[in-house]
Amino acid sequence: MAWLELLSDYTFQNVVIGASLLGLISGPLGCFAVLRRQSLLGDAISHAALPGICLSFIITGSRDIGGIMIGSLITGSAAALIMLMLTRLSRLKTDAALGACLSIFFAVGIVLLTYIQGTNNASQGGLEAFLFGQAAATLRSDLWVMGSITLVTLLVLAAFWKQAKLVTFDAQYARTLGMPTTAIEASLTAMVALAVVVGLQMVGVILMAAMIVAPAAAARQWSRHLGGMLAIAAGVGIVSGVSGATISTLSRGLATGPLIVLTATAIVLISLALAPGRGLLWGVIKHYRQKAELQKQQLLYALYKHATVPKRTPSTLGSRRMLNKLKQQGYITRTQSSAHAGTDCWGLTAQGQEEARKVVAAFEVLAS
Amino acid sequence: MIAELLTMTALPIILVGAMVGIASSAVGTFLVLRGNSMLSDAISHSIVFGIVIVWLLTKQQSGPVQLIGAALTGLLTVLLTEALASTKRVKQDTAIGLVFPALFSIGVLLLNIYAHDVHIDTHTVLLGEIGFVWLDTIDLFGLPIPQALVSMSVMTLLNYAFIGLFYKELKLATFDPALAKTFGFMPSFLFYALLMLTSSTAVAAFDAVGAVLFIAFAIVPASAAYLLTDRLWMMFIIGALISIASSISGYYLAVLLNVSIGGMMAVMTGVFLTVAFLAGPRYGVITQLVKRRRARRAPVEPPSSI
Repeated sequence: MAWLELLSDYTFQNVVIGASLLGLISGPLGCFAVLRRQSLLGDAISHAALPGICLSFIITGSRDIGGIMIGSLITGSAAALIMLMLTRLSRLKTDAALGACLSIFFAVGIVLLTYIQGTNNASQGGLEAFLFGQAAATLRSDLWVMGSITLVTLLVLAAFWKQAKLVTFDAQYARTLGMPTTAIEASLTAMVALAVVVGLQMVGVILMAAMIVAPAAAARQWSRHLGGMLAIAAGVGIVSGVSGATISTLSRGLATGPLIVLTATAIVLISLALAPGRGLLWGVIKHYRQKAELQKQQLLYALYKHATVPKRTPSTLGSRRMLNKLKQQGYITRTQSSAHAGTDCWGLTAQGQEEARKVVAAFEVLAS
Repeated sequence: MIAELLTMTALPIILVGAMVGIASSAVGTFLVLRGNSMLSDAISHSIVFGIVIVWLLTKQQSGPVQLIGAALTGLLTVLLTEALASTKRVKQDTAIGLVFPALFSIGVLLLNIYAHDVHIDTHTVLLGEIGFVWLDTIDLFGLPIPQALVSMSVMTLLNYAFIGLFYKELKLATFDPALAKTFGFMPSFLFYALLMLTSSTAVAAFDAVGAVLFIAFAIVPASAAYLLTDRLWMMFIIGALISIASSISGYYLAVLLNVSIGGMMAVMTGVFLTVAFLAGPRYGVITQLVKRRRARRAPVEPPSSI
């Protein structure tokens, strides 16, 4: 009953749709940013959205979402362009240029924000909400704007899929084919600014960086193909957006943005541990399997070469466990050996002989 | 007379601003040179987490405990980043982009939960309020000295003491880490110490300028200095001078326009960076253009015959 009530709640519907749209756009575009090693560019662009928000407010005098989106798109792209210019035309490295653009644009934003507050415009209230996002204040009309931006971006991405893919993985080859690589790269970066714009209302300028990076980083673990990665990233973005928004609504008072980001981070950690093939956990399991296999081969080899070994011979715990395991598998058995005056010894069974011969043959192939 | 000067609001604010700049650009210089500037971004965001945790444990909002807590948080950020990157599953920059938003989010949520009895709110954490530093003073030598000024001066001294003590080691570790390692200078250890100082500086600067503007003070004067000189010691001097100039000009502009003082100071560092970028004597864009044009006009001498 509580769930039904929640689902029919107008604000909750808006928040969930908004969060899904955010995941849908930030996941795929984040993939390109992460693959092109521009993960932190999203951070710079999102911080640089603040002066755009303030400028649009100063010009239009209202908190109209369309104007705010255009403003933040302009300053976000400007920051990215200036960053590129700083690295191309001076000897500053990418990291310093990013940090400088991020902090200076944000500082300009703060100055403009305090300027607006100084003018005592009645409708300026809540402009600061864009710092951390204000998911609950999402309106239906905002959703239409966010939805159309998402749709257009994804359509453009689909139309230029081949070009985007080639520029991401082999820009030099793309250039030799005569593709306008700089233009494609610039538009991929500008599209990150679009994702940031959609996320402003939901998670705010500070945490938007995580929504670019986290879904893409998680998706990278599950797929080796760009298409699959994009789809999974979109899924991860939607799941973390919706669950973060739900937890926030249920808890009444916890900020939505941080919850969405933490959900996405949790998904990244799970992916790092469990993703098939790349997961860290599988790596550990594989390591122990190989170790056991090697120990088995060594034991069989030794028993084959030395026929029987007195059971009393001091052995490590690991090798004793392996001996018992081999006995269970029917490769070896306890025998009475004439060589050691009738003491209890380990010896190969017929099945063990055959297995050991294979091992010895493999060893000798390697040795020769 | 000094007491009179200090009770004026302008001087303490300008002094604190300049001190923030001098202390942060000292560590920022090494970050810029090593290509790790974005770590200052990561650290300045994630110490929000550290500040809240230390506050929950000790109920202290500033002072030595907070500085140590911040140093540990900075270290935690870097270690987590390196642990993630060392799995080879994500790249270094992606790892940074994963770690600090997560820590920052936890910090903000904790603030959310304990908001009713925490004095620090998310607004202060992000923006700081340098205009109010003169409200919080302690008596030293019979003078009311702003607390922020004391903590920033301590951090400036600590930073420069560290740099002074290990100057040649730091220099070598920055420009040739491999050689520094063969000499047994432990470049990675030096680097961790530097990052701990960075986070302590960030937390000391917090009350005054907040998380994001700290990045401006750490990176921008150092970057501008990097465009102006090839000498390491010169970078510190230029960085400090730019900080002082930004602090003074930023304060008066902010008062004139009635805007955020810390924000305006950070914007001024950006103005100096732009000037250095365009008009630097050797690496500036204009200088390069002039040089190129002169080279084009100069008659091409035929290769002298042997």
